[in-house]
Amino acid sequence: MKSKSKQEYKLRIPSQTDNLELIRGFIGKVAEKVGFNEDEVGKIELACDEACTNVIKHAYTDKDTNKALDIVIKIDYQKFTVIVTDHGRGFDPKSIKMPDLNEYLAELKVGGLGIYLMRTLMDKVDYNIQPGVRNQVKMVKYFINKENADLVKSEKEV
Amino acid sequence: MQEFKVNRIDKDDLSILKIGGFLDAHTAPNLEKAIQNLVDDGRYKIIVSFADLSYISSAGLGVFMGFIEQIRSHGGDIKMSNMTPKIYRVFDLLGFPTLYDIFDDEAEAYDKYWSTGEKEA
Repeated sequence: MKSKSKQEYKLRIPSQTDNLELIRGFIGKVAEKVGFNEDEVGKIELACDEACTNVIKHAYTDKDTNKALDIVIKIDYQKFTVIVTDHGRGFDPKSIKMPDLNEYLAELKVGGLGIYLMRTLMDKVDYNIQPGVRNQVKMVKYFINKENADLVKSEKEV
Repeated sequence: MQEFKVNRIDKDDLSILKIGGFLDAHTAPNLEKAIQNLVDDGRYKIIVSFADLSYISSAGLGVFMGFIEQIRSHGGDIKMSNMTPKIYRVFDLLGFPTLYDIFDDEAEAYDKYWSTGEKEA
């Protein structure tokens, strides 16, 4: 874990599925840079892919392919936060139930796995939905290791 | 850019799909098409080899979920092989190993079709 000072990385990109690879590359490179191991980088990439896929598929109608998707990565000594913002239709997060995995598997349903994956792969997932204004998904991954604990301590002493 | 690739090999009544690259919401329709072509040809005994696949998201997993019921109802199956640990972890996270036969290599998947009599001589 090298960089623990506050940093921000931003990407504004057309809301299209052919940009998912680029989005994963961006998020993955930043996660790698701040010291996450390969396994953790993979988890962060996958969670963000799922969040962006949901936005691309649901927030905008098919006609809105020129709409932008904003991705902001915020880093502080404690955590890696990814905020995905769109300006599309929005949805009621209360309407999204955490799928019961056994039920899901039993019924062989298609879809709905993305949100399950996001919540499983990241430490925290929050929605901030303002229909017609903006819709945000915020995902957090905490840095957890001895070095970080030391940094947290040193930060408190400052 | 590493494109998604799918190569089909037909052996007797089995078909092997070798997939590679990235399998996400953008490329999943290509896999869907490849499996749909097998179903249209009446070829339900399928092995998917993941050897060259470096990434999978739920959109890719959804393709298998979308076909498995139909394929099994015709006496077939989708058996999987050659997953890297990274790909296997995503399957494992979602409990897919209880749903699908996953093998270390294609030969094992092939043998399984023989040993269970699922493959016709």
